[in-house]
Amino acid sequence: MGNRCAVVGVGQTRYQTRRQDVSLAGLVREAALRALEDAGLTFADIDAVVIGKAPDLFEGVMMPEAYLADALGGAGKPVMRVHTAGSVGGSTALVGASLVQGGVHGRVLVVAFEKQSESNATWALSTHLPFNASLVVGAGGYFAPHIREYMRRSGAPDHIGTLVAVKDRLNALKNPYAHLRIPGISREMVESTPMLWEPIRYLETCPSSDGACAIVLAAEDKVTGTPAWIHGTAMRSEPIMLAGRDVVSPRAGRDCAADVYRQAGVTDPRREIDVAEVYVPFSWYEPMWLENLGFAAEGEGWKLTEAGCTALDGDTPWNASGGVLSSNPIGASGLIRFAEAALQVRGTAGEHQVEGVRLALGHAYGGGAQFFAMWIVGSSKP
Amino acid sequence: MPSEESPVATHVLEFPGGYTRTTGPVIGRFLTELRDRRLVGVRTAGGRVLVPPLEYDPDTGEPVTGEYVEVGPAGTVQAWAWVGSPRPGHPLDRPFAWALVKLDGADTALVHAVDAGSPKELRPGLRVRPRWRAATTGHITDIECFLPEVTSLVAPVRAEYRVMPGRALTRFLEGVRDGRFLGGRCAECAAVYVPYRVSCPACGSVVEEEVEVADTGTVTTYAINNLPDPRAPEVPFVSAYVLLDGADTPMIALIGGIPAHEVRQGMRVRAVWVPPEERTPSMTNVKWFEPTGEPDADLDDSIGGS
Ligand SMILES: [Zn+2]
Repeated sequence: MGNRCAVVGVGQTRYQTRRQDVSLAGLVREAALRALEDAGLTFADIDAVVIGKAPDLFEGVMMPEAYLADALGGAGKPVMRVHTAGSVGGSTALVGASLVQGGVHGRVLVVAFEKQSESNATWALSTHLPFNASLVVGAGGYFAPHIREYMRRSGAPDHIGTLVAVKDRLNALKNPYAHLRIPGISREMVESTPMLWEPIRYLETCPSSDGACAIVLAAEDKVTGTPAWIHGTAMRSEPIMLAGRDVVSPRAGRDCAADVYRQAGVTDPRREIDVAEVYVPFSWYEPMWLENLGFAAEGEGWKLTEAGCTALDGDTPWNASGGVLSSNPIGASGLIRFAEAALQVRGTAGEHQVEGVRLALGHAYGGGAQFFAMWIVGSSKP
Repeated sequence: MPSEESPVATHVLEFPGGYTRTTGPVIGRFLTELRDRRLVGVRTAGGRVLVPPLEYDPDTGEPVTGEYVEVGPAGTVQAWAWVGSPRPGHPLDRPFAWALVKLDGADTALVHAVDAGSPKELRPGLRVRPRWRAATTGHITDIECFLPEVTSLVAPVRAEYRVMPGRALTRFLEGVRDGRFLGGRCAECAAVYVPYRVSCPACGSVVEEEVEVADTGTVTTYAINNLPDPRAPEVPFVSAYVLLDGADTPMIALIGGIPAHEVRQGMRVRAVWVPPEERTPSMTNVKWFEPTGEPDADLDDSIGGS
């Protein structure tokens, strides 16, 4: 796994529908400067910058890493950009970590962002290129059939998705950065919203957000402030058109989890991981990923959700921050998961802090559930 | 209401040449500065800056000090009324807002027109700046109106590509033109990929063998879409993963010929082809898939695969 590496600073912007008060550069600087302040550092202390975001078509800025390099103090330093669809925030953190673990750099600034209000993500993801052999549908239309198949296989009752939609929004009320903060959120409220892509209701989907997240990674001899130590990192991908591909529980996700657990010495994730920040853009993905990540046996994930195990006061809290269902600046969403995991082990998550967290999981996925990125961070050195 | 027979006449009351108004020293100073495209207020004994200025403090009746303070030119909208149908005497000939604008450095607001385009653009706190007339005369209309500050711009981006489908997809679409679905079988994996492709995504082998698969298949899973789509005839419509008989990868396709809520996982379907004379090498040859009427197929748990 290489040299020890820790998260020493975390910075987030408030996530909201439109950040019309800032430019793209202003948005990423807001997160970056907060992360540096959290670490007690300045741009001068940073050796390299890694930027992540989803497709350029979202903002229509080609190669934004070039445009943003000097805004992030990158002049004269290595600056690179990562892109792995929706999982990019996670992959960006892992690329940054690898630069420290490999001994290349002492301190790396990792920044991920999206300013969805500059265009329309559904438009950007459905450009209707000529010569398609398959009907191309947006993210909801793509994932709804996988959810339906999960419901068929597991026999999960219809209301499980509603429970996740409520639970994550209740958590969001405790997170000052969260986009969707819906006082009085309830099952009735979720169930009264229309089906968009049946079986997915409106309030079972993530919002479109503007926002940025940044972290500062440091080698052991460069640690400042409160470190969250990296205990394991893993990425996996798989082709979208693969014969025999299990779209409900993709093998790339299972393999990625097995790899990161092995590095962190985790054999029973539900017991040993104290809090998980998992990429759940549609509510039903909580029970699906509970199984894919080995927190529950196949077909049993929904029972943990139903029993309240994943709630903030449950035995295995998932998405204490409110998760992607409450804030979704797409390119940043994965990094927010990783950053929130770090906040939890540092004990600095604020009102949504879970008591006594020693190990936390950060997770992201993207594309047609093809790209996976995960890390495990801990309060003590690995 | 006057009856048709009632006599009606127009009567105009207009003092020839217009009334004169003596400004006095304070408002005179304001208008003089305005003619020079500067905005000034006057300070009261209590320290407040009145804009537009008065000769007296309206709260206490005391005379104001002789201190003039340059304010603005930018300011902040405090409140407004939208004028949807401007009248002849209004400052603008298009819909606008009458707004209370507090200029930077002032303690009171002045009333002026804001040219914002739409009432949606107005909100308390909106930052505005004056648009000056080409010729100024020392009148409040030297400011034609206030305009919102620039906070965003439109960046048109257009890229035009020449797209070629490539050898494999061309071969597949030729088959579709002829009413056939072509796939490729990987000899290593013994899996049939539809559409036809020349490399195996699992093992990387060159796919040598072209195979024709049926135009019938099984709906493995589906979504009922309640958002309109130009390619679907109506809402709701069903987009389904259809595993063609003989194929090991599903394709996403429209389902038709059955109400959306009667579609089932395992339902057997057949491609509905457009008439031969309308066919082109494209998937628009397939109108949609409709039920065959056969009993539903059993589903195993490896949906999307063999
Ligand atoms: Zn193969």
